[in-house]
Amino acid sequence: MLRAYSALVYLFLYGPIALIVLFSFNSGLSAADFQGFSLRWYARVAGNSLMLDALRTSLTVAFSSAALATIMGTMAALALQRVKGPVRVIFDGLTYIAIMVPGIVIGIATLIALVTTFDAANAVLAEIWPTDTPPQLHMGYGSIIAAHTLFSMALVVVIVRARIAGMDRSLIEASMDLYADPWATFRQVTLPQLAPAILAGFLLCFTFSFDDFVIAFFVAGPLNTLPIYVFSSIRRGVTPEINAIGTAIMMFSLVMLFGAQLLLRRKSVQGKT
Amino acid sequence: MGVTSWTEPKAAAAARSASAPADVEFRSVTKRFGPVVAVDDISFEIPRGSFHSFLGPSGCGKTTSLRLIAGFEQPDAGEVAIGGRSMVGVPAYRRPVNMVFQHYALFPHMNVADNVGYGLRQARPKLDRAEIDKRVAETLELVRLPKMGARRTWELSGGQQQRVALARALVNRPTVLLLDEPLAALDRKLRRDMQIELQNLQRDVGITFILVTHDQEEALSMSDTIAIMRDGRIVQFGTPQLLYDAPVNRYVADFVGESNFLAGKVTATHTNGASITLSNGLALKARWSAAGEHLSVGEDGVIAVRPEVIGLWPVGRASADLDLRRQGQVRNRIYLGDHTEFSVHVPELGELMVRLPKSDPLAMSLQPGDMAEIGWRADQALALRAT
Repeated sequence: MLRAYSALVYLFLYGPIALIVLFSFNSGLSAADFQGFSLRWYARVAGNSLMLDALRTSLTVAFSSAALATIMGTMAALALQRVKGPVRVIFDGLTYIAIMVPGIVIGIATLIALVTTFDAANAVLAEIWPTDTPPQLHMGYGSIIAAHTLFSMALVVVIVRARIAGMDRSLIEASMDLYADPWATFRQVTLPQLAPAILAGFLLCFTFSFDDFVIAFFVAGPLNTLPIYVFSSIRRGVTPEINAIGTAIMMFSLVMLFGAQLLLRRKSVQGKT
Repeated sequence: MGVTSWTEPKAAAAARSASAPADVEFRSVTKRFGPVVAVDDISFEIPRGSFHSFLGPSGCGKTTSLRLIAGFEQPDAGEVAIGGRSMVGVPAYRRPVNMVFQHYALFPHMNVADNVGYGLRQARPKLDRAEIDKRVAETLELVRLPKMGARRTWELSGGQQQRVALARALVNRPTVLLLDEPLAALDRKLRRDMQIELQNLQRDVGITFILVTHDQEEALSMSDTIAIMRDGRIVQFGTPQLLYDAPVNRYVADFVGESNFLAGKVTATHTNGASITLSNGLALKARWSAAGEHLSVGEDGVIAVRPEVIGLWPVGRASADLDLRRQGQVRNRIYLGDHTEFSVHVPELGELMVRLPKSDPLAMSLQPGDMAEIGWRADQALALRAT
């Protein structure tokens, strides 16, 4: 009974995904009738310049926000280990809230915040700018990268902090004892020890940003990320081309997630020595 | 045994510390952790080139003392000096000491050679790569791990990891080598080997070794001097022989070696010793410990008798020159190879531990349940403060 139930759950969960993957290889146009195996839709995707533009945008945003989130999240995690008491509780709370708040809330909130700020700032800029063409702040790369960084930073903080907590403190002391000053110790001991977690954090952030539709939809302004492009094309009907894009995105994300998982697992094995 | 012979070890220790300058010195050092006073106003000197141990139960302040020397902790009051130089405000990475950590703390992301060469690589101006390699190889040879440089640390056995940790510290030729319970994680046989090896190594390299341990046997067998600690204070500082033969109080006598303790009140004193009356009214004589305080009449005291100074005879056969003779029943017998330990129940004294050498014919013949006679001379028992 329970087994049948779980089988049904998995069927509903993965059935549609399996269908998308299957029909991305359909030689025909229909999304209901599999006519034969073909890679023509993948070829078509590779030649679609709108899609490629969106892909480029997505990769740029994902890379930038993941890099920023990784650097800032790692720094935050390192700093937080020295913070104790109520301040720590507040920071921890805010970190977890950032992860749990739905994307749509982050999207709307960021949109409102940025629009308000930009309007005010643009008014000021128009006043003080010496020429007639003052620069205008607007939605675009900046806003979407900022919104993604904000969210994924919390992920990095949580992952890196877990690694810091699992790290043997005596390694730091051993390094200090062996004449390495705090900076040399950080470079030669702390950072290599944290590297797997930092890299895993980067991969997760990258995947998150690459896959995100909800937040990007609100703050991307005129930009088209890949998920936004897929969404807008779908309104013109589901084509096997969309299936191919979806399958490609899914494979890419799975590889990234798998890589991150592998890194996080390897660190715990090594940590035991 | 005359009283003069007991003072000899103390004189020898004094002579040694006068001839060698102090390598590590504590001047009224206090360290608190919140409300807990981990190290309470202690002062001592460890002479250059000696093997010193801090011995005590966990929480006695021995590890904190070591960490104060290493520079991982800063004293709240007082001053630590290394090699005659005050270490106030000197961080761990600028101190001429190196530590072997309890769980070795080898860097898991480096191989053996990189671990050992870590300290040398921090030197500024930079040392030659070839010079570093040479010294690493030499030191690995010294700890009997030649050609192991390319191994990963986790591939090594506990004893080998221990040697790598030792090499990593020694390669820097520190003024003082600190050892934080370095043998605790090894099995008994290996521990014994490493003890001997550490001693030999210390003699070879000639630098000061400071060991923290809760294992009295380890401290006794390896050290030139031992500081017995309790509640952040040094209870007694001296050579192993002094601590064993002339403990200052019951705590030291209990911690160093084994003793039978008979508690009572001091009822009479004289120059060489005291009479202590047990709660059952039996008065026993004992002499003062050469390093201990003299108690006054009315104070609580204990008679401490080492198991090997108590004689054991068949009933009626005890020698005549004893100050105390009693009959008792053998309750238990533990064969320990070179000697045998008996637990003998004596009506007025309770359970006593008696140790007979293998050569004593009684060691093999006496069985649990047998009656026997025990006894000792008053100059072999010590009258000690009961704390």
